[in-house]
Amino acid sequence: MVSEASPALSPPPVIELRNIVRLYGQGEAEVRALDGVSLQVHRGEFVAIMGASGSGKSTAMNVIGCLDRPTKGDYLFNGVEVAGLSQDQRALLRRHYLGFIFQGFNLLPRTTALENVELPLIYKGLPRDERVALARAALAKVGLAGREGSDPSQLSGGQQQRVAIARALAGAPMVVLADEPTGNLDTRRSHEIMDLLVELNRSEGLTIVMVTHEDDMAAYASRLVLFSDGRIISDAPVARKGA
Amino acid sequence: MLWETIRLALRTIRRNVLRSFLTVLGVVIGVAAVIAMVTVGQGSSDSVTADIESLGSNVLMVRPGKQPMGPGMQDTAPAFALRDALLLAELPGVQAVAPIANASATVVYGNENLSTRIVGTSNGYLTVSNWTVSRGRPFTEAEERAGAGVCIIGETVREALFGSTDPTGETIRLKAISCTVVGLLESKGASSFGDDQDDIVLMPIRTVQRRLTGNDEVALMTVSLEKGTSVEKSIAAIEALMRERRRIRPGEEDDFSVTDMKQIASMLNGVTAVLTGLLSAVAAVSLLVGGIGIMNIMLVSVTERTREIGIRLAVGAQSGQVLLQFLVEAVMLSVLGGVIGIVLGLALALVGASVMDIPFSPDPMVVLMAFGFSALVGVVFGYFPARRAARLDPIEALRHQ
Repeated sequence: MVSEASPALSPPPVIELRNIVRLYGQGEAEVRALDGVSLQVHRGEFVAIMGASGSGKSTAMNVIGCLDRPTKGDYLFNGVEVAGLSQDQRALLRRHYLGFIFQGFNLLPRTTALENVELPLIYKGLPRDERVALARAALAKVGLAGREGSDPSQLSGGQQQRVAIARALAGAPMVVLADEPTGNLDTRRSHEIMDLLVELNRSEGLTIVMVTHEDDMAAYASRLVLFSDGRIISDAPVARKGA
Repeated sequence: MLWETIRLALRTIRRNVLRSFLTVLGVVIGVAAVIAMVTVGQGSSDSVTADIESLGSNVLMVRPGKQPMGPGMQDTAPAFALRDALLLAELPGVQAVAPIANASATVVYGNENLSTRIVGTSNGYLTVSNWTVSRGRPFTEAEERAGAGVCIIGETVREALFGSTDPTGETIRLKAISCTVVGLLESKGASSFGDDQDDIVLMPIRTVQRRLTGNDEVALMTVSLEKGTSVEKSIAAIEALMRERRRIRPGEEDDFSVTDMKQIASMLNGVTAVLTGLLSAVAAVSLLVGGIGIMNIMLVSVTERTREIGIRLAVGAQSGQVLLQFLVEAVMLSVLGGVIGIVLGLALALVGASVMDIPFSPDPMVVLMAFGFSALVGVVFGYFPARRAARLDPIEALRHQ
C-alpha cells in the first residue's frame, strides 16, 4: 500500500464512501438501508457487489451513481466531496463522469441505436457531427457497427444491452455503473456481455462497479464486495475467470 | 441545446400525428374563430366606411328629434317644412340641399308591377348622394315647383317594369298617380347592409307630399357642403338657423340633430366593434378550453414517458432541461394549432367576405397577436405538466414500468 504520507504519488480513489448511512422513512417505519458503509474503488478496478435483496446493494449503487443522496457520511468522488451536492449538481456529475448500464437496458423506444448512444452527448452540449462520430465509435467498440440505424425493437436483448453499454461509454466516463446488466439475458448472451465488460476493463482501463446476484457473473470481476443488512460483510479480490 | 429541444419536440409531435392534431383542435378552432370574426368584422366596417365616404365626407344629415337616433326610436319633434330646405340652401358653403319625404308604393307599367321605395326630393338629392342620371334628365325647376307627375327610376325598377325597352317618356302608375319617367339613375348596386340601392323611384317632393303622404312634412334633409368648407362651422350655422326657424329659446335643447357622415360611420363601426368583441370573447373561451386540452395531454404524456425522463436524468439532464423539453413541446403544439387556426380562419374570412360581398382585409397585427396568444397558451398550460416532469425523482422514474 502507498502510505498516506505521499498523496502526490497516488491518485485518490475514484470512489470513496466513508461511513455512509441511508435512512428511509421516519420513526417506527425507519429503515436503515445503508448502515455505515465504507468503500474505496480505484481506477481500473472491476468491482462486483453482491448481496441478498434488501441487503442495501442497490441503495449503495444509487448513492455511488449520484442518483441518491446519503443521509449521513461522506462521499468523495475523485477526491471531491459530493454527498451534499444539489440535484442539478449531481446531474452534472453524472453527465461528465458516470455511465449507467441497467438490467432493463432502458433505451429510448422508437429511437435508433445511434440516437440512443448520442443522448448523453447531447446533454454534454457537443455539436452534432462530433456526437455522431463518438456514438459511431462507441457502437463499433461494442460490436454493433452497421446497426446504427436499428430501432431497439429490432435488436435482440444482448444487442440492446450492447447499445446501452455504448451509451455508457460514449461520454468517456471515469466510472461505469452496471446494475444487474445480465439480469434480463440468457446464459450465452450474459457471458458475451461480461466478456465485453472485462475486455473494456482490461484494454481501456475502464473502472466498473457492477451489482449482480449471480456468482457466475461476479466471477468476471477483479474484486467482490458482499452486502448484508446494509453493511459490507466481505471485500476480497477474485481469482478472475480466464485470468 | 434549444435547437435540439425543438427538434426533439417536433419529432415527438410527428410520432403521434393524430393525437397531436386532436390535442390542438381546441386551439385551432379558437384561433380560426378569432381570425375569421375579426377579419370579417374589419371588412364590413371598411365597406361601411367606404360607402359613407363615397357619399362624400362633406355630407350632413338634418333630422327632427334628438340625436343620436337608433333604429326603432321615435321622437315627437315636428318635421321640417320645404321652406327650411330653401333657407338652408342659402347658407354660405352649402352646395346642395335635398329635402326628403319617404313613401312606398307599388308601381305598375302594363302587366308588370313592383313594390318599391318612393323618395320625394329635389335635384339636390342627386348632388348630395353623388348620383348621376344615366339616361334622360333630372327634374326641371317647373316640375319641382308644380309637383308634376314625373319620376326618375332606379335600375332595379327599370329592369322589373321595362325589361329591355327604353323607359324614358313612358308613363307608370303608382296608386292613383300617373307619372312620366323622365330619367334613369346610374346603377349603384347593394349597400354595405345588403339592401338594393337601385330599388328606388325619385319624384319631386311636392308631388309625393300632395299625392302620397297627404301632408307637407319633410322627414329629413341631407346637405352637401362645398369643398374646403369647415364641417364644424356649417353644423353650427345650420343649428343656429334651425333653432330660429323652430323657435327654440336659448337654454332649451335642440329638437333636431345635425350629424355628419363621419359620426354616422363611427357609430356604425362602433356597433360592428362591439359585435366583433363579443364573438371574439366566445372564441377566447374556446382558446382557453384548447389550452386545457393541451395541458391534459401533456400530463398524460409525462406519465407515459416517466421512464424516458428517468433515462434522461440518469445520463445527466438537469431538471431545468427536462422542464424546457416538455414546455417546448407544449408550446410547439399550441403554436402549430395557432398556425393551422390562422390559415383556417383566413380561409373562412375569405369565403365569408366573398359571400357577404365585403372586402377581405386581413390585419397582420391580429394574425401576429393570434400567433403570440397561441404560444402563450402553450407556455401557460404546458408549465404545470413540464414542472411535474422536471420534479420526478430519477430512481423512481427509472423503476417506472
